[in-house]
Amino acid sequence: MTDSIVKTTSDFAGNAAYVVVALLVIMALYSILTQKNLIKICIGIAVLGSSVNFFLVLLGYRQGGIPIYYLGGAEKAMVLPTPQCLTLTAIVIALATTALMLSLVILIHKHYGTMNVDEIRRLRG
Amino acid sequence: MKKTIFIAAAIVLGGLLCEMFEAIHPFGIPVNTEMDDYILVHALSDRSAQNVVTSMVFDFRGFDTLGEAAVLFTALSSVGALFRDGGKRE
Amino acid sequence: MKPLSVVVTSVCDLFAWFMIVFGVYVINNGHNTPGGGFQGGAIVATFLSFMLVAYGGKRFWAWVHEGVYGFLEFVGLVAFFVFGCLGFPNSFFYNSVSIPEGGKVLSEWLPYSGTISLMNVAVGFEVVGALSLVVIYMYGSLRMIDTGAGMGGERGHDRFDR
Repeated sequence: MTDSIVKTTSDFAGNAAYVVVALLVIMALYSILTQKNLIKICIGIAVLGSSVNFFLVLLGYRQGGIPIYYLGGAEKAMVLPTPQCLTLTAIVIALATTALMLSLVILIHKHYGTMNVDEIRRLRG
Repeated sequence: MKKTIFIAAAIVLGGLLCEMFEAIHPFGIPVNTEMDDYILVHALSDRSAQNVVTSMVFDFRGFDTLGEAAVLFTALSSVGALFRDGGKRE
Repeated sequence: MKPLSVVVTSVCDLFAWFMIVFGVYVINNGHNTPGGGFQGGAIVATFLSFMLVAYGGKRFWAWVHEGVYGFLEFVGLVAFFVFGCLGFPNSFFYNSVSIPEGGKVLSEWLPYSGTISLMNVAVGFEVVGALSLVVIYMYGSLRMIDTGAGMGGERGHDRFDR
C-alpha cells in the first residue's frame, strides 16, 4: 500500500518536505551572509540548526506512521525513534550554544558600543 | 549587487540541495529500520517504559545524554565565566 | 528592568506556580507521556524569566539565590552519573534496576522503568539549575553594564576606559 502511494505521486511532490528543508537552509544562509546586525546573524544560526533538526525528524518518518509515544510494544507502524532521540539531543545543544552566542553579543556590544559587524571589524585603541 | 550575487548562489545551492534530496530514500519509506524496530518492540517489554523516545534517550543511548549534560554544563560555566563579578576592577 | 502593570503581576501570582507544578508533572511522567527531564526542566525554568518580566529587577534580586540553582545543577549532574553507574555489573548506563514484564518487584519505591525515570528527575534538576542560572547571569550582565563594573576582558581599549 505504501509503495503505491509513493509511486503515483511524482518525485517532487513526494519529496516536498525535503524542499522545505532546502528553503529553510537558504533563508538561514541569507540571514547569516548578508545581514549586518549580530542579533540577526544569531537568528540565522538558530534557524539553520532548526532546519537540520527538521531534516533529521523527516528522515525518520514512516508512511502512515503513528506518533511514537504511549503505545510502546510490538507495533511496527510507528515512526523511527532514533532520529527523534538525536534531535532531542541537538535541540538542547542548540539552546546552550544560543545562550553562549547571545552572551558574546552582549560582551561585544559592551566592548564596541555597536552591533554592526562592519564597525566591529575596525580595530580600536 | 551583493543581493543579486546571493540570489544566483542561492538558486544554484537550492538546485544542488534538491538534487541531493533525490538521492536519499523517498519521503516516508526509510531503509534499514532493524535497529528502530528492535527498540520499538523491546522498549516496553524489557524496560517498562511506554515512551520509546525517553527510554532511548536515557537507556539505549544514555552515553549521548551524558555528553549532552556535559555540553549544557560547559555552556553554563562559559556564560558564568564571561559575566563573572570577580574582576571588581582590580 | 521596571515591573510591569498590576495585570501582569496578578497573572504571575495566580499562574506561575501552576507552571512549576506542570513542569514537575512533565518531569515525573517522562517515561509514560511525552516529555521528560529536558522539556519539564525548561518549563520550570520559565518561571524565573516570568518572575523577572512581571516583577522587575529589584524584586528579582531580592527573591533569587544563585546558590540554590548551582546546588540543583550539581545534584542533578552527580545523580545522573551515579544512576549511570548503577548498571555496572553489565555496562555503563545499563538499566539493571528496571522491572520488565513479569519481573520481580525489588522495592515498592523503585519505579518500574528503573533508571529511566530516576534519570528524568536528575536531568530535570540539572536543566532547571542550568537554564535559571543562564537567565540570572545574563540579567546580571545588564546590571554590570549599567554600573560599569569589571567584566574581565582586555584592559586599555574599552569604551569606558577613556
